[in-house]
Amino acid sequence: MTMQSPIDMPPKTRGLTVIAGAMSLIAVLLIVQIWLLSAALESFLAGNRHTALPATVFSGVMFLICLGLYLFVDRVDSEVRRSGEER
Amino acid sequence: MNWLRRASSGPLWKEEFSVHAADERYVTRRQLTKFLVLTSFGMFVGNIWILVRSLFYKAPSYPQQPVARLGEIPVGGVKLFTYPTKEDQCIMVRTGENEYVSYSQKCTHLSCAVYYSEASNRLECPCHQGFFSIKDGAVLQGPPSRPLPRILLETRGEQVVAVDVKAG
Ligand code: FES
Repeated sequence: MTMQSPIDMPPKTRGLTVIAGAMSLIAVLLIVQIWLLSAALESFLAGNRHTALPATVFSGVMFLICLGLYLFVDRVDSEVRRSGEER
Repeated sequence: MNWLRRASSGPLWKEEFSVHAADERYVTRRQLTKFLVLTSFGMFVGNIWILVRSLFYKAPSYPQQPVARLGEIPVGGVKLFTYPTKEDQCIMVRTGENEYVSYSQKCTHLSCAVYYSEASNRLECPCHQGFFSIKDGAVLQGPPSRPLPRILLETRGEQVVAVDVKAG
């Protein structure tokens, strides 16, 4: 049995693979963000007020990456479906 | 590289409800991605909230309150009192002839009441076996991740007076 390279896949399957990849990346970033939020809260409750700023900056960067990935997924979705309709 | 989708010429419903069964997988994945990104935004907002609270934090001032008479409890003995408000249960332990220590009685894990174990000379939480040092309230074992808040005591004449709370 040989594995199909992504180039040989039909565009619709390829699109799904790309979207699944982007979604897994978003899920990983989300887990890091949840951890960051709980660590920042824990540190705040312990009376340490210096961790809030770096935690917010990192969380913001991760949100922007997630947003970028969503826009990418949105574009792939619209292009693949449009190409399917044109054919 | 253009990350944005091209403006669609079709109606919005066509984007959200595909008439082709195969396209349904795209729609559901895109919607799940949107939900994940909104969750990510929620996490970001949570961090901003913590940041705002940190920036506008004002250290509270605590009252001075007599909590015991000198010699009222024996060495190794315990007295419970409330400080700084009636809702904040605290525990005071006489650890030596002239040594008193006091902590908030609320476990920093899930708020069960800690008690003093004279046999092992530490504060113990019965809920999940969280143990705290009697010297400084540091976590010795168990799920709590923060030390117990310490009540600062002073001896004035014949009185032991609570003067401040030091967060864990
Ligand atoms: S509540 Fe104290 S250890 Fe869980």
